[in-house]
Amino acid sequence: MSPWTNLSRVIRPGALILLAVLLTGAAAAQAAKEKYFDRSGTLVVVETPAAELLRAYEVKNLPRGETFPVPPPPFSEGIFPCSDCHAGMTPNLARRQLTDEHTDIVLNHAEGQRWCLDCHNPEDRDTLRLVSGEVIGFNESYRLCGQCHGDKYRDWRQGLHGKRTGYWNGDKQYLLCAHCHNPHDPRFKPLTPLPPPLRPEEIKL
Amino acid sequence: MNDGKKRDKKVFQLTRRKALKSLAAGAAVLALPSRDAAASVWDAFFQKHFRRMTRSDLEKVLARLEREYSQEYAQEVKVGVTPPIEGVKYGYGLDLSRCIGCRRCVYGCVEENNQSRDPQIHWIRVVRLKKEKGTDLHYAEHYYNPSQVPEPGHFYMPIQCQQCEKPPCTKVCPVQATWTEKDGIVVVDYNWCIGCRYCMAACPYGARHFNWAKPRIPNDSLNPQTHYLGNRPRPVGVVEKCTYCIQRTRQQPGRYPACLEACPVGARKFGNLLDPESEIRKLIENKRVYILKEELNTQPKFFYFF
Ligand code: SF4
Ligand code: SF4
Repeated sequence: MSPWTNLSRVIRPGALILLAVLLTGAAAAQAAKEKYFDRSGTLVVVETPAAELLRAYEVKNLPRGETFPVPPPPFSEGIFPCSDCHAGMTPNLARRQLTDEHTDIVLNHAEGQRWCLDCHNPEDRDTLRLVSGEVIGFNESYRLCGQCHGDKYRDWRQGLHGKRTGYWNGDKQYLLCAHCHNPHDPRFKPLTPLPPPLRPEEIKL
Repeated sequence: MNDGKKRDKKVFQLTRRKALKSLAAGAAVLALPSRDAAASVWDAFFQKHFRRMTRSDLEKVLARLEREYSQEYAQEVKVGVTPPIEGVKYGYGLDLSRCIGCRRCVYGCVEENNQSRDPQIHWIRVVRLKKEKGTDLHYAEHYYNPSQVPEPGHFYMPIQCQQCEKPPCTKVCPVQATWTEKDGIVVVDYNWCIGCRYCMAACPYGARHFNWAKPRIPNDSLNPQTHYLGNRPRPVGVVEKCTYCIQRTRQQPGRYPACLEACPVGARKFGNLLDPESEIRKLIENKRVYILKEELNTQPKFFYFF
């Protein structure tokens, strides 16, 4: 599918026109002379300096594969590997109120339909398990989230949802869903805003 | 008194504007720096327009500026002139449904770009809008200050320079002190600007800011990695604006702008409009895009989406 077929979804035609202008302008722009008038009103045409200073676009955004470079998953202090405690325990699949451990976890994420062992692998707590039965590491948890949040997963892969850091035309890091959202209680928590700008009358020169 | 201070005293009392005025009145001599003024004062005064300087002119100017800034801020300050990258036209995207109005971007920008702390200058303004009124800017409020954001019934829209394809600000400048670079960034030569503020009047986004006083930046908060057309310390009496962090984004590979890195919710997107694989293109192709004051045909390269 060509990228242009999707463009019809842009609600403001202006964006489309602008993009067309940008794309056609690109090839021509590089050869163009710069013209302007100086203080005395003389027309100045600059040809060489800008051109000789131009550099090539060396690093392209390559189409991404299906694995993404992510920083280490955000575990609570001292809790991983889970097998330290769980290795000798028989998994209890019953949905219940936890009273001994993990009592601080409040499940506020479609809690009516979901239970710990839907995501955490009962056989090996150091891993996660997809609905398909495939076992994955915590560093691939985006695949787990993507099972239900397909639209967000697609946006995240393209860099439209969530935060990428690194270089705009080079290596990037993708934050995992769990870096911003607590998987057990995913709604983003409110923040204290930084101070508003001063009003003009408060500014002293 | 060091060169920098001398320059403040002499040159900044003697702005180009004043000099031109007195030239017109035939009294130029009275306004010119006295004989004991440092050579750099004269150098600054007779400096050419950025685009007319040859390599060696430029090197002299950069060396002079680096010397002055380093002395003034008591640390080594670098002034670069990294040129545009061919085949790049920068575009910015901002997810209106994610932005929570926390202003982290505003202060990230202030630090990166050496904006005056006192008197205060902010290149990014975040406005709060009412959901029921949509993007009607009559209801925009930028002094909002609740204990927590986001607030129910509201959404937020950060506004900064839109790097227009057809910028009204550059057209009106009587001395061509501001122009569009090949990568689409609208820049100002602070040494050429005469401070007439025509460009501020012409900008429909309030994105240009005037230095009414000499900008004050504490020595230890100065960002010493600067660009001639970007975040180098500005003199009093000139206009300044967002340049999509020209000093970062023109590196190879290019860093993201500071506001993008500061945003805790990942609402900000940045990339090359000419590269089909960049996030800015994906966004224009897949999202509903909104352009601020589209009816003015300024053709911003800043895309709000949701
Ligand atoms: S204030 Fe604006 S219009 Fe006036 S000289 Fe400076 S850049 Fe040009
Ligand atoms: S930092 Fe991000 S969320 Fe906060 S106001 Fe800026 S764009 Fe919005």
